[in-house]
Amino acid sequence: MTEPLSSVQPDHLAVLDLIPEGSTVLDLGCGNGDLLALLLKEKKARGQGIEIDEQEIYKCVAKGLNVFHGDIDTGLAEYRDKSFDYVILNQSLQQVKHVEEVLDDAMRVGQKVIVGFPNFAYLRSRLQLFFGGKTPITPTLPYTWHTTPNIHFLSISDFMTFCRQKNIHVEKTIHIGQKNRVCLWPNLFATVGIFLISK
Amino acid sequence: MTSSKGVGVVETRYFTFAEPPHEFVLESGEKLGPVTLAYETYGTLNEHKTNAILVLHALSGDAHAAGYHAGEEKAGWWDNFIGPGRAIDTDQYFVICSNILGGCKGSTGPKSIDPKTGKPFGLEFPDITIGDMVHAQKKLVDHLGIKKLLSVIGGSMGGMQVLAWMIHYPDRIVSAIPIATAEKHSPRQIAFDEVGRQAIMADPNWKSGAYYDGPPPAQGLAVARMLGHITYMSDISMAEKFGRKKKSANEDGPFKFTAEFEVEGYLLYRGESFVRRFDANTYLYITKAMDNFDASADRPLQDALLDKDMKVLVIAFKSDWLYPTYQSKDIVRACKQAGLETTFCEIDSTYGHDAFLLEKDDETHLIKHFLRRCYQHLHKP
Repeated sequence: MTEPLSSVQPDHLAVLDLIPEGSTVLDLGCGNGDLLALLLKEKKARGQGIEIDEQEIYKCVAKGLNVFHGDIDTGLAEYRDKSFDYVILNQSLQQVKHVEEVLDDAMRVGQKVIVGFPNFAYLRSRLQLFFGGKTPITPTLPYTWHTTPNIHFLSISDFMTFCRQKNIHVEKTIHIGQKNRVCLWPNLFATVGIFLISK
Repeated sequence: MTSSKGVGVVETRYFTFAEPPHEFVLESGEKLGPVTLAYETYGTLNEHKTNAILVLHALSGDAHAAGYHAGEEKAGWWDNFIGPGRAIDTDQYFVICSNILGGCKGSTGPKSIDPKTGKPFGLEFPDITIGDMVHAQKKLVDHLGIKKLLSVIGGSMGGMQVLAWMIHYPDRIVSAIPIATAEKHSPRQIAFDEVGRQAIMADPNWKSGAYYDGPPPAQGLAVARMLGHITYMSDISMAEKFGRKKKSANEDGPFKFTAEFEVEGYLLYRGESFVRRFDANTYLYITKAMDNFDASADRPLQDALLDKDMKVLVIAFKSDWLYPTYQSKDIVRACKQAGLETTFCEIDSTYGHDAFLLEKDDETHLIKHFLRRCYQHLHKP
């Protein structure tokens, strides 16, 4: 099970950077549990996952994780206020039906929330849309228009604007590019944006 | 079905306690004694007695959960799940299963002899609760010298007993696995049970429960069982198993309403075979115990479990309409709010409520990994 951190996917490394040792975390849409398992191992975190896909549940259980089979939209409501230090929505916000409600609830249940999503305004997407006239397909948005599970397509700028409008405090951002983290013009050069937010 | 060898030939044993004047006090305040529990064990208890798992049976189950009784061909009721390399691996764990208090397969119940009268209890048997069943099991666990069970696991009524263990003896368990069960019966579940009870009580042979010196209320019990079986299957599983196929030629004679569809024949067969192995009064007592069970009766389940140190695995089945998934989710919510480490999976099965006996692969995966984690947690340096 031990793997060098260099083999860990960059968005997981970014989340790892944001979470202090010994935190309690709730991972919404935890998938196969890789991120949660990483946090447990590297940060001695105590974690809980929520995942809709039954087959992913089996993978999480094999990794020794606590996971609930269910959807994010309803899974959050049952938690008491501030049940976790961190609530994570990595690569799942773009797939939830009621974004605003889920974010509000995540910020109620967690002290802080980490949101990560593929940046729809990434340069390659723009070029494909502009020159090809087709729905972009990139490493972080790998689906065709008819197979995508994503129901919201947002950019880093979109999310910043949203946070401003909703009085959400953005404490930290990490922008991930094709190879490295991006500091300059993230809305153009980052494939993924990771945000640490709170109310 | 199972690739590896099972636990082999096993024997039922008996543990008797609560000899008068130290009778067993039931939740109702009534006293009962002596009390006997029939039980079986599989695997080996380790030196520090930290590898014991208590398996809790459902309505029609008994102590014989795995292996074979000498000279018999039928394996225990959960043999697919208990044995070397199986979900509950007897190479690693020590497994205990006892017939419930009030049962009819070796434990003290309505058909046992009442020491006061020298005759079977019948309806003189005191009302029992799911809690009473668990309090009696705890005596057995004490008797075996086990301070803390690695896990308690059971489906349906067995799942209710799991919840009762979580509430009454949280310090005596490391983990709990309630499967296809509920904190409390819904009106619909109570209604089905009541129809079963009415069928038994309407049988002229029932004689207010005092039938032990004559023929048993076989017709009534068979109807109750038939109804039960309908609720254990799903629309799809019945369609796949029977369709609208008809039985071959009319061997039962010319009567107008002779069973002609295969599903009818199946239910009749199930009813008749159940009558041979089950006591009607036990059916009445334990369905009542299930109907009366309410894990949140004294205080909300989440309060009872608050900050207890146990891990929980809750399993539900998509096509189970007798114990629908929402009931498992209620249990999950309570665990969640109590801050317990909890895992929940709704297995995509078409078997209905029966799935907990049949969904071997998916259930095995969940149970096996969960138990391994609990065991490792207990033994971490």
